[in-house]
Amino acid sequence: MDALTIVTALETLAPGARVAAVPSIDQPVILVAAADLVPVCTALRDDPGLRFTALVDVVGVDYLPRSPRFDLNYSLVATTGRPAPARLRVKVQVDGDAPHVHSVTGIWPSAGFLEREVWDLLGVVFDGHPDLRRLLTPDDWEGHPLRKDYPVQVNIPVKLHAPLQVTAEQFRAHIEKDRRVRGDQA
Amino acid sequence: MSPDLEIPILTTTVDKMVQWARRSSIWPVTFGLACCAIEMMSLGASRYDLARFGAEVFRASPRQADLMIVAGRVSRKMAPALRRIYDQMPEPKWVISMGACASCGGVFDNYAIVQGVDQVVPVDVFVPGCPPRPEALLYGIISLQRKIDKQRAFGYPLA
Repeated sequence: MDALTIVTALETLAPGARVAAVPSIDQPVILVAAADLVPVCTALRDDPGLRFTALVDVVGVDYLPRSPRFDLNYSLVATTGRPAPARLRVKVQVDGDAPHVHSVTGIWPSAGFLEREVWDLLGVVFDGHPDLRRLLTPDDWEGHPLRKDYPVQVNIPVKLHAPLQVTAEQFRAHIEKDRRVRGDQA
Repeated sequence: MSPDLEIPILTTTVDKMVQWARRSSIWPVTFGLACCAIEMMSLGASRYDLARFGAEVFRASPRQADLMIVAGRVSRKMAPALRRIYDQMPEPKWVISMGACASCGGVFDNYAIVQGVDQVVPVDVFVPGCPPRPEALLYGIISLQRKIDKQRAFGYPLA
């Protein structure tokens, strides 16, 4: 399973998609245009010959002076129906200060947290993500720390008291729901 | 008690008795954040055995603990949670800052790590090291015990 085979297979499975093989050392890598990401990924997951059912990681890279600025690497693994797991890296290149890429959470649910991390640290917006919030930085943080133009040392006073994440009504609603589920007498 | 003594009574001060009781039974709350927690665990394990010094059990609930050993780097996201746990501990309470990251940010001088947990809670003893050996943390706990001995039992200003 090497990159050229996959590119050829994708020509029939996702016609019109701009896919290219990228030279690499460790595993097959294909470069996909950002607009064609969803049909290509659906084909990669569903086609019986490919079956890349596991999205292991979404790694974002900032190559600041270069245009396109951001690189997204989706690490896929296919485990079923073959003697050894096959790996594939799908590269997507996007540009701009607030680039948009369509989310793949509809294809692999594990992308939920992975795309949240990329949004939090690099600022790539994932359209169609069910819950695009910050993951690693505090909820009210400004800026995307892993960008190349973000300072390393930041002198903001430490927050000692974070507000509760739920309102009082929501809290009461949670308690009531628990009571109902347990079958408590009110 | 020697049989020569007429009346078998020892005299001391209330301060000394109370502080002796307090420092001989310091129960820490589990607050291992990062790598220093491994050394804290090995201090609680059988070879170095913190229970010999009164820390019989690490309480999971802060309401039942006297000591918070901040073991590991504190991120900005964790700081409000740490403060909340500290606030939930009843008086008298003490804090040991274990390791370089908890004491001063350690090797991480960046946007994510609080540069010293004393920006969040008042600290009694700083234990340097990366990570400090279990014996070093034990020395820190013994130093805290000596500090408690010198403190007044009642009427001291609350933190």
